[in-house]
Amino acid sequence: MYRYDEFDHAFVAERVEQFRGQVARRVAGELSEDEFKPLRLMNGLYLQLHAYMLRVAIPYGTLSAKQMRKLAHIARTYDRGYGHFTTRQNIQYNWPKLGDVPAILDELADVEMHAIQTSGNCIRNTTADPLAGVAADEIDDPRVHAEIIRQWSTLHPEFSFLPRKFKIAVTGSPNDRAVTRGHDIGLRMHRDLQGKPGFEVMVGGGQGRTPIMAKTIRNFLPVDHLLSYLEAVLRVYNQLGRRDNIYKARIKILVQSEGAENFAEMVEAEWLKIRDNALDLPVEERDRIAAYFAPPQYENLSDACPELQAAMAAEPRFAAWVDSNVGDHKQSGYAIATISLKPHGGIPGDASADQMEAVATLAETFGFGELRVSYKQNLILPDVPKADLLALWRALDGLDLGTANAGRISDIIACPGLDYCNLANARSIPIAQRISERFTDLRREADIGEISLNISGCINACAHHHVANIGILGVNKNGAEFYQITLGGVANENAAVGAIIGPAFDEWRIANAVEDIVDTYLSQRRPDEAFIDTYQRVGPQPFKEKLYGPDQARQAG
Amino acid sequence: MSKNQNATTNFLQAITANRLSDGYVVYLTARGGWSERIEDCRAIPDRGDANDVLRHAERQAGDDLVVGPYLFKIGVADGRPAPLGQREILRTTGPSVGTDLNLA
Ligand code: HEM
Ligand code: SF4
Repeated sequence: MYRYDEFDHAFVAERVEQFRGQVARRVAGELSEDEFKPLRLMNGLYLQLHAYMLRVAIPYGTLSAKQMRKLAHIARTYDRGYGHFTTRQNIQYNWPKLGDVPAILDELADVEMHAIQTSGNCIRNTTADPLAGVAADEIDDPRVHAEIIRQWSTLHPEFSFLPRKFKIAVTGSPNDRAVTRGHDIGLRMHRDLQGKPGFEVMVGGGQGRTPIMAKTIRNFLPVDHLLSYLEAVLRVYNQLGRRDNIYKARIKILVQSEGAENFAEMVEAEWLKIRDNALDLPVEERDRIAAYFAPPQYENLSDACPELQAAMAAEPRFAAWVDSNVGDHKQSGYAIATISLKPHGGIPGDASADQMEAVATLAETFGFGELRVSYKQNLILPDVPKADLLALWRALDGLDLGTANAGRISDIIACPGLDYCNLANARSIPIAQRISERFTDLRREADIGEISLNISGCINACAHHHVANIGILGVNKNGAEFYQITLGGVANENAAVGAIIGPAFDEWRIANAVEDIVDTYLSQRRPDEAFIDTYQRVGPQPFKEKLYGPDQARQAG
Repeated sequence: MSKNQNATTNFLQAITANRLSDGYVVYLTARGGWSERIEDCRAIPDRGDANDVLRHAERQAGDDLVVGPYLFKIGVADGRPAPLGQREILRTTGPSVGTDLNLA
């Protein structure tokens, strides 16, 4: 894993000291809230409905067992014993006290973590495929490039005051598990004809109130030129992006108003000017960074694993878990295991301090002490010998972490919503809980198959509802909570924004509506069709009829 | 608390904020302090009056006790002040999904 260099250490320590001073001056009344707010946000500290909230970055979603134990320790010592893993590969603590935050940041710095650039109009925590380095379909480890981007973008003087926040996502495989088209810049790896890796560069994606999927402005960028090209994109944005209207300030609006082709030309022109100055990393430097992400010492194991087959035959719940939560590994004899943070009826993405600690130990017992955090708000053990899967699952099952639902309907992404968030219109978590409770029968979930259901508590779309097969958006009608449904969103390499199906449902009808949608799919599907395939083939009409009755469906168009 | 009460023009208001030290929800009391309990809040009947009280509360925020004071509507249920609207209800009760108790 990547290790801080001395510069990073000194810098993070200095930032914590500065913040300690700022908190002291705030408490002493020397700084007003107006003066203090931007300072606390620069350190990831928000003020929410009931308390402060601290957002801690987990760069490219990779975490050591030691770091996970530290997160657990912080949850237990300074918070209420749990934390919330988010779609942005961050963890959020919901109850820190202002005076404790400098100490929390010190503790994080001990394990090379921090909350810098988790807020504000800067380049935020760069996210990556959670299966980086282990996925069977990967070309090259995207974390190497995410780390290069992190170093370049951290406190970049020119890009600390962008028109608006800026999010970059990287995937090292042609199959997109990082929603790259949903970001300001998405980078998806391909090979050129000579087999060399490079990136497809997609620009101007974003969700929020104006969901737009990023446009490809360059089909292939050799990896050597990554930084100079990104710098060119950022420069064009920094010069032309709107600063007068917060709703029009994201790069997606600029790309849309200029047109992707025009925008691409401006970037290329800028790039020509800077591509040969020393911005791009020399190969030796890139290799130095890549060495941190070198694969661990795998054993030579056979891919055939009779023990696993026998265990699956003997234990149907285990077989169901392998089916949904275990993925193919690059290395023969190993597997990738998703730990669901979505127990039926639970809070999506929440983990208790005890669970975090137990998972850290499992990462050491059944792997090389490494963990991943996925944008779907689950944890991942990347290197599990296949023969150990049964023992791992038994341990997880005892921790309420063994739910067999990754990629299934109860694997719901939900934002904190009105239970915590100051910007929310409606609650998300109880809706997720009620829906997941409808699908506790594992066989039924398996029968429904691959599907995504995401719930955001307001149009900021923190839970990615726009790109969910079934998206739910909380809205406020005269102080009451209502839920609007979109269908047909897709988050992978064929990313698409869903369309509103009709009038919103109240909190008591929304779970029924989801069941109606699922039933419609089941009655319409052809063999081997996933939900999204059926929806794309039959269109919204059958779903409208089921939800609103034939007459109203006609009126609703 | 009935809808009718909400609809009348002479509704009551109270002032809430987040406490600086921990962000917890607090209410301005009749004696000019801040309390975590909505039962202690000062119920303010009249609009003009309410704005005066708010300005006073804002000055107090300047004294660094609380952050972001604002007025919100309340009704009266069983003789006690009760918030109107889901957001303020949740601010008085805390997350409807529980906090530290709901996890294993
Ligand atoms: C609770 C405090 C939070 C606040 C105040 C907040 C605020 C916002 C705002 C204002 C936006 C819209 C940005 C724009 O359209 O320009 C946004 C977008 C987003 N947030 Fe949050 N958020 C919060 C929590 C979360 C959580 C918990 C997650 C993950 C589950 C998250 C992930 C995201 C994502 C993925 C986006 C979409 C990015 C885009 O617009 O392209 N946020 N957030
Ligand atoms: S989508 Fe809205 S309610 Fe949910 S976390 Fe984001 S800002 Fe808050």
